[in-house]
Amino acid sequence: MSEHIMSSKFYYTIWIALLCLTVITAAVSFVDLGPLNTVVALVIATIKALLVVLFFMHVKYTSEKLTKIVIVSAIFWLFLLLALSMADYATRLLS
Amino acid sequence: MLSDSPIAVEQHGPELLHHFVDAEQQRDAASLGMWLFLATEVMFFGGMFCAYLIYRYWYYNEFAAGSRSLDIWLGTINTAVLICSSLTVALGVRAAQMGKRKLLVILLLLTIVFGFAFLGIKGIEWYDKYKEHHIPGNSFNVDDLIKDYPQIHIDPRHEQIYFSLYFAMTGLHALHMIIGVGIFMFLTYYAWKGRYTPKYYTPVEMGGLYWHFVDIVWIYLFPLLYLIDRKPLR
Repeated sequence: MSEHIMSSKFYYTIWIALLCLTVITAAVSFVDLGPLNTVVALVIATIKALLVVLFFMHVKYTSEKLTKIVIVSAIFWLFLLLALSMADYATRLLS
Repeated sequence: MLSDSPIAVEQHGPELLHHFVDAEQQRDAASLGMWLFLATEVMFFGGMFCAYLIYRYWYYNEFAAGSRSLDIWLGTINTAVLICSSLTVALGVRAAQMGKRKLLVILLLLTIVFGFAFLGIKGIEWYDKYKEHHIPGNSFNVDDLIKDYPQIHIDPRHEQIYFSLYFAMTGLHALHMIIGVGIFMFLTYYAWKGRYTPKYYTPVEMGGLYWHFVDIVWIYLFPLLYLIDRKPLR
């Protein structure tokens, strides 16, 4: 991991952004966007997760390439699990 | 032990284990190990997210009705509590990097307080579900949901699947929170003892990675369980 020490102001900025996104996602869920409601909720969740991973977990500033490979692999495995399962279940004909 | 020999102590500080070349290599190894562990955790939770995805695809109405029955206020507050705890963790790692012992102890204690607050609010929510007979089992009953949402077709058996997943997922997450609080108590004790210095604060950093990971799981659980369908019913 990096020796780089961020300013506390930087962490407060990320914190405020995360809180704002939480309020937005809760508020937007009451608005009828049709199927887009789920998309918006997941996009906001992913932005929040990215903020935490990149800045709180210091991944953006790490020089260690192996760490990044592990993270990308973990996401890829999860994608395989979900995508291949749905490729089966979503194409079945339910009687 | 080899590291107890005077020569070894002379060559490096007591915090550097003998089989590492230098402190940086030691920290990189710890970090890689922690990220590998978190990758297995992604798959651990991934199995549940996969089950959730399939059943939500099949029984969307029941999932929507179950989601409506959760307390969105408590859910949102709990999300904010966890985000605040992640801030105190990030600031705690920073305090450790700068060698501010007292600040580190305060921030670790604050994290524990936020952790207990989250678990307390979660407990209130679970107790509400208990009172409403929404816990899967013999006394499971969703007549109240069927009455509240006549526009939604609800099959009680499918509704039970939603609540099974709700309790399994939030339960597994809460278990991780309890373990996290335990880890942070351990970290607080040693931080108070002055074990962590700007040269060696790896346990604080690794504990922090775990805590942030558990926060991220909740960041996804919140919209998936609470916000499935909140729009006004026609």
